[in-house]
Amino acid sequence: MQSALNFHRDARAVVGNPVLRAGFRGAMDFLMAKRAAQFPDEGAFAELRAAGEAIRRYSLARLPDLLEQLERNLTANGIRVHWAETPEEACALIIEITAKAGGKLVVKGKSMVSEEVELNHALAGAGIDALESDMGEYIVQLAGERPSHIIMPAIHKTKEEIARLFAEKVPGVDYTDSVDALIQIGRRVLRDKFRETKVGLSGVNVAVAETGTLCLVENEGNGRMCTTVPEVHVAITGIEKVVEKLAHVPPLMTLLTRSATGQAVTTYFNWISGPRRPGELDGPREVHLVLVDNGRSGAYADPRFRATLQCIRCGACMNHCPVYTRIGGHAYGTTYPGPIGKIISPHLLGLEATAPLVTASSLCGACGEVCPVKIPIPDLLIRLRQQSQGNAASPLIPGAGAGRKRLMATAMGLWSRLYGDPGLYRLFAWVATRFRFLAPSRQGAWTDSRAPLKPAARTLGERMADRR
Amino acid sequence: MTARDRILRRLRSAGVEALPPPVLPAAFRVGGALPGEAPVDALRRNLEGAQAVVVDARAGDWRAELARICAARGVRSLLLPPGFALAPWPEGPALRRFDRPIEEFKTSLFEDTDAGLTVAGCAIADTGTLVHADPAGQPRTLSLVPPIHFCLLDPRRLHGSLADAIAAEGWAAPMPSNLVFVSGPSKTADIQQTLAYGAHGPKELYVLLAEAPAGPGE
Repeated sequence: MQSALNFHRDARAVVGNPVLRAGFRGAMDFLMAKRAAQFPDEGAFAELRAAGEAIRRYSLARLPDLLEQLERNLTANGIRVHWAETPEEACALIIEITAKAGGKLVVKGKSMVSEEVELNHALAGAGIDALESDMGEYIVQLAGERPSHIIMPAIHKTKEEIARLFAEKVPGVDYTDSVDALIQIGRRVLRDKFRETKVGLSGVNVAVAETGTLCLVENEGNGRMCTTVPEVHVAITGIEKVVEKLAHVPPLMTLLTRSATGQAVTTYFNWISGPRRPGELDGPREVHLVLVDNGRSGAYADPRFRATLQCIRCGACMNHCPVYTRIGGHAYGTTYPGPIGKIISPHLLGLEATAPLVTASSLCGACGEVCPVKIPIPDLLIRLRQQSQGNAASPLIPGAGAGRKRLMATAMGLWSRLYGDPGLYRLFAWVATRFRFLAPSRQGAWTDSRAPLKPAARTLGERMADRR
Repeated sequence: MTARDRILRRLRSAGVEALPPPVLPAAFRVGGALPGEAPVDALRRNLEGAQAVVVDARAGDWRAELARICAARGVRSLLLPPGFALAPWPEGPALRRFDRPIEEFKTSLFEDTDAGLTVAGCAIADTGTLVHADPAGQPRTLSLVPPIHFCLLDPRRLHGSLADAIAAEGWAAPMPSNLVFVSGPSKTADIQQTLAYGAHGPKELYVLLAEAPAGPGE
């Protein structure tokens, strides 16, 4: 795992890079405009969003029952269900399935959970190649990087960079910066791999308990290739992605595609309820589902952190985040960047590794406002800050207290005492106004780009008294 | 104790109280699709908005339309669903049938099949979506691997919304092994948000509207 501990250094590097800054700004403006065009009617959006929230909350309230029902129905459909508490367990399961199939290559459709468990790394350790087939993921893998956005993985790269990358890394390819030509190069390379590989891997957008169905939405067709052409299809997902009924799927997928890329519907919607059946001429012979916990049950235990698990991974929160727009996805150092990453990552990685993330927000509230399932992201950030400072009544997250700094804790303690006692407050205000000339002209990071703070000449209480 | 048991035990120990079932907005209830536009017009508008070509062959002969497009696009080989007879076939590309397991002709499927033809089981008007719900009759890769996809649709098999389709088609009992929705040609905007078609699936999608098109075994 990369660590979020270098967050400040990595964020500063991006802020100083005008090409990256312009790239992220342009991409976020594009995605925001596309999304806005899909929700022209505020009333209809509010109603749909309320339904999205209700479906996710209803499903989470019944999560253990729904997981058992899902397992039962998937099994009846011929899909094998596996459970993993940790990333290591998830990777071991997939390595075992691949080895049993005699596979030396796993061709992957887009899956953030596979990034979360560091699957590619684990497969490499077992002598198995992993090849990303989503165009953005393929580009990022070719460059030896990680996705910088959960929906648009290569959003940090210009077409010229991709053109140079292809010319350098793909055999027999000359430099071209035509987007069409670049996509056709990727298509050609990956098409051979879809045909050859024994194992294909995918994520899951939502799983339906009552029918035992895995739903996948996508535009490129690589997801369908990975789940259809190879002999074995392995799906990997978090335990929170389940709903009870088929009827719950349409509102959630509408919210997902509109919020993510501003599409009313994606090109493909793939509902998988089993391997190839007798009489069918294609489709995988085996389908597996790996259900991953990795800290999710910890978030589930707390009634407020539980809302974190409502997420449908649309990425709208990062598209609208002033911090993400300025620093991009890599600076966070975590699989999930942006606002949702800040509230998920502490549960997955603990607060020792993620304390700098929970304070990297102006709490402007944009993320909470656009979230299609109404996750109160700013409230959860505040709650995580309390955990990080060790101020909460009980530690709920591994590494609680990791963000506590003595100077900050002392200053805040003093502040709290002054503001909690009227006599002390009046004395403090009197001293601060009378001795305002002592305010330093350099005040650390604040004065790097702002005028120094200086108390007013008279206290607010005094000025109010004059008015009466 | 297995990982499964430990995960379920942790979730159960949270003691979460059940919530009432969610109330869906009208547009997501059966019959709730917005009235006004004729369903076939909505289907057409949405498909065309996604770069598909819709040919209304209800008044004429869809075979002739198919042959015309094949000629115009230089299609040399057309793959048909199992048991599907394309007769009379005026003149056009070599016809092949998807009548063996994919393993037996993967190379030719991937390398020298210009176009695939499928018959949609039904369609959804308000999203412009073609539905393939019969993997035995319409193999999954037929609408995916060849660079051009022709889809025959009987417009009388049109539903207003996905909610209507789910209710009317009775998929849930039991679900087909694979239900595939297609709402346009394959595309991506992964390079600098520039839209490009034919990412991994078909680059072109032609939808032929015809009442009672030739079915399997005709």
